[in-house]
Amino acid sequence: VKMARLLQFKIAVVSTVLFVVCTNLVCCNNGRRVGDAMDTEFSGFSVPLEHSFEVDDVAKFKVRGALVLKAGREHSVSLTQNQLSEEDRAKLKEVAAVDGLYRIRVPRVFLQADRQTERQMDGYLTAFVRACAMVESHLSDVIALYSDVSGYLIGVSIVTLPGACRGTEVEDEVDLEVFNTTLSIMAPVNAPGPETALFLERMEQETEKKGKNPQEQKSFFAKYWYLILGGAIFLMATNSAQPPAGGEGEQS
Amino acid sequence: MAKLILLCLKFIILSSAVEAVFEDQVGKFDWRQEYVGKVRFSHFDTHVQSSKKVLLATENNVFAALNTRTGELFWRHVDKTGPEGNIDALLQHGQDVVLVVGNGRLLRSWEINVGGLNWEIVLDSGSFQSACLVGQQDNVKHVAVLKKTVISFHYLSNGHQKWIENLPESETVDYQSVYSDGNGEVYALGIVPHSHIAIVAYSVEDGEIIKQMSVEAAWLSNIQASCVVISQGMLTCVDPLTVSLYMLDLHTESQMTQIPLQSLGLEVAPGFHPVLVSTQPNPGRQPLSEFFLQLGPDYYQLLQLNNGQIVTLRDFKPAMLVSFATTGEKTVAAVMSPKNKTASSLNLFSAETGRRLLDTTLIFNMDPYGGKPEKLHVQAFLKKDDSVGYRVMVQTEDHTLTFIQQPGRVMWTREEALSDVVTMEMVDLPLTGTQAELEGEFGKKAAIQDGLMSMVLKRLSSQLILLQAWIAHLWKLFYDARKPRSQVKNEVTIENLSRDEFNLQKMMVMVTASGKLFGIDSKTGSILWRHYLDNIPSNAAFKLMVQRTTAHFPHPPQCTLLIKDKDTGLATLHVFNPIFGKKSHVSPPALPQPILQSLMLPLMDQDYAKVLLLVDDQYKVSAFPSTKNVLQQLQEMASSIFFYLVDSTQGRLSGYRLRTDLSTELIWEVVIPAEVQKIVSVKGKRPNEHVHSQGRVMGDRSVLYKYLNPNLLAVVTESTDLHQERSFVGILLIDGVTGRIIHEAVQRKARGPVHVVHSENWVVYEYWSTKSRRNEFSVIELYEGMELYNSTVFSSLDRPHAPQVLQQSYIFPSYISTLEATLTEKGITSRHLLIGLPSGGILSLPKMFLDPRRPEIVSEQSREENLIPYAPELLIRTEWFINYNQTVSRVRGIYTAPSGLESTCLVVAYGLDIYQTRVYPSKQFDVLKDDYDYMLISSVLFALFFATMISKRLAEVKLLNRAWR
Repeated sequence: VKMARLLQFKIAVVSTVLFVVCTNLVCCNNGRRVGDAMDTEFSGFSVPLEHSFEVDDVAKFKVRGALVLKAGREHSVSLTQNQLSEEDRAKLKEVAAVDGLYRIRVPRVFLQADRQTERQMDGYLTAFVRACAMVESHLSDVIALYSDVSGYLIGVSIVTLPGACRGTEVEDEVDLEVFNTTLSIMAPVNAPGPETALFLERMEQETEKKGKNPQEQKSFFAKYWYLILGGAIFLMATNSAQPPAGGEGEQS
Repeated sequence: MAKLILLCLKFIILSSAVEAVFEDQVGKFDWRQEYVGKVRFSHFDTHVQSSKKVLLATENNVFAALNTRTGELFWRHVDKTGPEGNIDALLQHGQDVVLVVGNGRLLRSWEINVGGLNWEIVLDSGSFQSACLVGQQDNVKHVAVLKKTVISFHYLSNGHQKWIENLPESETVDYQSVYSDGNGEVYALGIVPHSHIAIVAYSVEDGEIIKQMSVEAAWLSNIQASCVVISQGMLTCVDPLTVSLYMLDLHTESQMTQIPLQSLGLEVAPGFHPVLVSTQPNPGRQPLSEFFLQLGPDYYQLLQLNNGQIVTLRDFKPAMLVSFATTGEKTVAAVMSPKNKTASSLNLFSAETGRRLLDTTLIFNMDPYGGKPEKLHVQAFLKKDDSVGYRVMVQTEDHTLTFIQQPGRVMWTREEALSDVVTMEMVDLPLTGTQAELEGEFGKKAAIQDGLMSMVLKRLSSQLILLQAWIAHLWKLFYDARKPRSQVKNEVTIENLSRDEFNLQKMMVMVTASGKLFGIDSKTGSILWRHYLDNIPSNAAFKLMVQRTTAHFPHPPQCTLLIKDKDTGLATLHVFNPIFGKKSHVSPPALPQPILQSLMLPLMDQDYAKVLLLVDDQYKVSAFPSTKNVLQQLQEMASSIFFYLVDSTQGRLSGYRLRTDLSTELIWEVVIPAEVQKIVSVKGKRPNEHVHSQGRVMGDRSVLYKYLNPNLLAVVTESTDLHQERSFVGILLIDGVTGRIIHEAVQRKARGPVHVVHSENWVVYEYWSTKSRRNEFSVIELYEGMELYNSTVFSSLDRPHAPQVLQQSYIFPSYISTLEATLTEKGITSRHLLIGLPSGGILSLPKMFLDPRRPEIVSEQSREENLIPYAPELLIRTEWFINYNQTVSRVRGIYTAPSGLESTCLVVAYGLDIYQTRVYPSKQFDVLKDDYDYMLISSVLFALFFATMISKRLAEVKLLNRAWR
């Protein structure tokens, strides 16, 4: 039984984690734009993903690849990206050596809009990771895009796997050629409200169980006969002990 | 079986949460102070000669009666905040006080002896202009209320409306004032600016218009600011442009007569708008024919209207404040004039003649750390020999009320600035002289400099000092023991302040909206120092930071107050010693640029002052203190100093990193579109918070590790769409260093105000559910999982895996005003949430009830873990109120501070009132109870000791005997 319960619990944990991670499943329309969302469901559009790594840490963004975003009930995203040129590889290693930053940015977009002009908004969303982490992980990064309730892109994040900078040298230039990117787009999770329905159901079940349980339906005497009997015996015992005591009192 | 377990569980919950106060503990560890706010109207109760009441109506919408002997409250009525409860007028007649409340919405009558409500009536809509009592032949029976378009007349006895009349031509005429002098007529005075005055006279009996006239007055723009009525209905106005008085008889004339002030030999100070002050002692009679004319900031002239001629009676120069007061048939004028730099003198003058009354001088010593006097409230009374005596309540700029008796004895002071505390900190008290001596002996510097011999001598001398102190202490104990209990009082003064054994007594540094700072002893609540900062902008934002604590003897502790003008963004720093309130000799840097952000670093300079970084609008960083040492440290640390800025109007959150040249670089950006949702609050964790346990032990003995990110920010947004179906509250958890969104959740069909607490690995927030029309609490907890990624150190830059997020919501049966979590020294004690309720209660809710791991179905493991089964409603138990019957009105904030005892957390709730207490979230596990039986334990110990001695002896004898055998 214990094992089974443990399993259950683990499933619960895993499912919550899945729920958090696989936000692609989460419905993301705000109730107003259902129609629009349906229209754009099949038309993806692309925005540039740019990156920058400079020895002097002054950002100069260059195109790294193109993100293809598909809006709809479930947002989806895919990425086509170029390889790092030899020049860039050398520079990345150089930047890593001085503990510089590797930055990425994407333009702010509105996923639910119909026309291209409406999608683009001014400004960018930026994120960074230490360049050394990028190098040491052999360009394996995890990029996540975050959208809000109504489908605006609000943030981007980048982490590498592994994330630490241990100072290990990357000998092979080939390791720094191709990006190994895991990409996801996340919409907000619906926060749960108070679980009244389930609680009430449980309460009802409990009362039902109580109703069925024959022990609960026994009469007062049937339930507590041993207490009453014990009490009676006790009373009798004390009564029978009293007369001698009273007799003593009379004698004195 | 299940029932039994349930019973057991219930018992556990109850036993762990019960923490009510015993009757004999009331007031032992807690205190409350009640305030009223800045006084707008005051009235001394004069209808009984021996009365000791003063009635106050304040800007905080409070109506109260104070005891003039002690300054304590007799009673207090706290109305709604904001314009709805605004007190527009206060009129007293006999035992009744009539208030006009909420821009003329309500008319209320109060009985002043016990503060009971006589009646209340709702007035017709329209913005309030003026009100006055109306009497006839000394008999005051009515009150007249003038509004924008109507004048209404009510009985004083029951509030019923006698008549109501529309004002003629109210579209063009701006009626501003109402006047009556007991002749059966009520005058409404209105004005068409820069054209003419309109005067309408109504009959008191039926509201019929008796007379209506319009008088040319092109120079006049505001009646209330420049006109008064004196004598037999003479409307007297002053015109600063032509420097003359204009007079108009309300009864007869229809032409204003001009009297140039020059003809009276008077001159107005350049650039000053002259002001008239008159008095009408009895609403059933005419006003006095004497009046004051203020001609300059410190120049008053007493004038009299005598047979239609203005006569000068006396000039007062310099005079700061004047006030009329009436007792019986006598009216006097009190005049305050400066004496020297620290004191000013008050004198009484006869109003009729302008002669100074003998023996009426009163000296008012001004607090060098207070504000200038602003208003005089004079209580005049007749002495036995029929001469006039008086007491005076002086109101100063810092909202302090000082009540003074002749010849200058301060009877009481009230610091009404404390009704509006903005922010506060608790600072440890310093060590005593002897403790400090010891500290000095073992200080690092001393040990290096001196040799062995001098060290020995030092040691001996400090031991001697300790001995001396101990003997003195014993003597005091002996001395006090002979005196009766009630006389022994440990007066706390600034001299004998010292830290107690468990660091339970601290200095509360409070910053008020008026710009007055207070140092309050947390044990007794007595104010130990005060400091008024003048030239504080009215819309200032304050941030108080402790730069150096008392732990670094001999360096004095240091606090820095950042005062920022919200409009311009310009800021100033005030650096002071939190124990004595003295301004520090350390001169703060001038800040010519608007300040965007300030942050305290854990770095210290060579004098142990923490470094304060200020970011200006050019994104340049300046440090305070900015010594060479600090700058060097900053250069070394620069690449690991990150900060974030929030621009809520654009919804932009941006992260910056410090560069070695103290410039900054933008490293991340998150933009939340402001047209959909707006950022309402951003909460980080408290820097002085300790988390004792890295994880939670689960039912199967495995550990679920907490996600303890010190850089995590909880960002709360509210939707701009307020429709109840579409509104939502958004919660974003963002890493403040990398800008990574850790978690993004939306609470649908919810609305603010949202209250948030962010601590350890959890965020608790409260919102209004528009769907179910109730308040709900939600808790988010973050866990790393069953194993830690890097158990030695946390770095935001190296934490690639997102944490597990658990969330649960509950129904809460009340609105809340504020929310805070308890804080203890080492974080071992379980946490409670302190919830300030609008009812004035402060609820201590165990965090245990807000735990997303509360199971819906009870299992063996959850029982093992002591998890409470999920119930959707959080109950309010009366024993959870930490302030029992000590209601804290309009609680706005709760401050928690750890004490030296792990079990104890100090709590201060502030709002209109201030309440201080201690809470023990896990009960007092490290303190012996008051009724602990020392006698029993020690006698048992002794008995055991002797028993062992005797038995040992017996055993020895026995052994010896056996050996002989």
